[in-house]
Amino acid sequence: MAQNQETKQNPSEPKPCLSGRGITKVFGIGNKATTAVDHVDFDFNEGEFVSIVGESGSGKTTLSKMLLGLISVTEGEVRFQGQPRDISTGAKRREYWKNIQPIFQDPFSSYNMFYKIDAVLDDCLNMRGYRNASKEERTRLKDEACGFVNLKYAELTNKYPFELSGGQMQRLMIARIFLLKPKILMADEPTSMIDACSRATILDMLLKLRDEVNMTVIFITHDIGLAYYISDKVYIMEHGKFVESGPAETVILNPKADYTKRLINDVPKIYEKWDLDTVARK
Amino acid sequence: MGNVMLEVNHLKTKYITRFHEDVYAVDDVSLKIEEGKSLGIAGESGCGKSTLALSLIGYYFAPLHYISGDIIIDGVKISDMKPDEVRKNVLGNEVAYIPQAAMNALNPTMKIIRFIEDVMKAHNIKMTKKEIYDMARERFADLGLPEEVLNKHAVELSGGMKQRTVIAISTILSPKVLIADEPSSALDVTSQKMVIRMMRELMEKGYIKSMIFITHELPLLYNVTDDIMVMYAGQIVERGTAKEMVFDPIHPYSKGLMGSIIVPESGVREHKLTAIPGTPPNLKNPPKGCRFAERCRYATPTCSAMAPEIKEFDNGRTYRCLMSVRKIREVYENGTEPGNETESE
Repeated sequence: MAQNQETKQNPSEPKPCLSGRGITKVFGIGNKATTAVDHVDFDFNEGEFVSIVGESGSGKTTLSKMLLGLISVTEGEVRFQGQPRDISTGAKRREYWKNIQPIFQDPFSSYNMFYKIDAVLDDCLNMRGYRNASKEERTRLKDEACGFVNLKYAELTNKYPFELSGGQMQRLMIARIFLLKPKILMADEPTSMIDACSRATILDMLLKLRDEVNMTVIFITHDIGLAYYISDKVYIMEHGKFVESGPAETVILNPKADYTKRLINDVPKIYEKWDLDTVARK
Repeated sequence: MGNVMLEVNHLKTKYITRFHEDVYAVDDVSLKIEEGKSLGIAGESGCGKSTLALSLIGYYFAPLHYISGDIIIDGVKISDMKPDEVRKNVLGNEVAYIPQAAMNALNPTMKIIRFIEDVMKAHNIKMTKKEIYDMARERFADLGLPEEVLNKHAVELSGGMKQRTVIAISTILSPKVLIADEPSSALDVTSQKMVIRMMRELMEKGYIKSMIFITHELPLLYNVTDDIMVMYAGQIVERGTAKEMVFDPIHPYSKGLMGSIIVPESGVREHKLTAIPGTPPNLKNPPKGCRFAERCRYATPTCSAMAPEIKEFDNGRTYRCLMSVRKIREVYENGTEPGNETESE
């Protein structure tokens, strides 16, 4: 993995991988306009595990879609590796997507039900430039990727996505990311539809991706406990704005904003008493 | 000791697939809930939690079939009744059920008050529309739901509000047992807390007498229910009070589940999550011996040959494992026995 050696940075001087200045998204016009994301600034460094935490409707997913280039940015600038991002044409966009890849919330609707699992992995190999590689070479790569997420390629080949369980599907999604080796992984609530036991496996795999491929992982979640366990840096989002950000330890153990305090208070706990009476009535 | 609200003895149910294969999703389950108590059921996806919930309300419509065992709700045996009879006489006034997808349970063309009128009509309760409205308004106010909700359509409500409305509607006849199947899994933490709070209010105000709460979120069960029961591959593997189960699990599977807990408290980042390797067995032909044997890191060759029986202590704690408690404690303290590492999966 010669490529990884080059990109490995001295941890003392973090290099911004994806940054944004004054990013805004407004849906609708006139008096029906809704501001989903309101002038947010951020710098996600290379090899960093970043979490964006907020409740439903706080604009987390809108922000992730803008960063993925799936919807347009109303105002502001996205910078990728120090350069302004250019996705004006289809070819440029495809080039950008080689560097940023998503994992979505619902593994059951992330696959095309008519294609076999092999097709999903073959697509990744084609995108990585293995189009003319021999069959053995391709199988070896696919085997390696499935091995990375504790799946066996020999058992999966010739199967359709609906023959897998939710946890297996989500793990295969991560195998796909391992094949593509993008610079940035955008994980939008990847564990919310999966039971607690497989969740631990998925989280471990995301950490492994970060450590082995030096990937920047942007993890979007509503569960502040997850964010605390897994991330280096946490951004707390309320009504389209970042109300608090910083290292996970600082933000979650000594929260400053009221909103962060409320989010922490809302998660069930086991060592401290869970206060059920202070509920913000919506 | 309160009255026993729900008693289940050796319940067995199966699914018949379209290829005429039998899948034993609930296999020899016995449980008991007293008045004013709540029981949490935890387990992985596909371990039979939801099937147990459907079986308990007597919902035996194809492909689910009843085989044997008794279900007794407050002295009335419902396992002998026909499914249609159960739906008319038991569901709603004796036992209420909140499905996993309660968010989609409301017809978008109907106002919320119509659902309540429907419940009354289905149970042959003679009340005028005015009386129903007054009763519903009182109950909603008591549970902290605004009165406007009654005149709204489902699409106008947020996810958390919809879920709470469904709970309020299904408990309007004050059932004896409430069975909630993952009522908060699709919600964010703030709405989840409101749902939990409402369920606690229902218990405290006596609208429901006992509750079964099904989820895979253990920290939630620890805070909500008195007892926790862990299911694996259609069987109960352990039952104890919430505190015992979280801090001192006996069965290796429960221990594995407790290892996957994540809470935002200091010290969590340091301890490593332990995932259970492998996948649950296929219930079409369950293993002959212990069902957890092939994923258990403490398993011995006897485990896959001999099926363990449920063992019960004096304080009501039960577990299903071939090892004695003392042996298990010893094994946990010493870590894994050499040669039995099954981490590779």
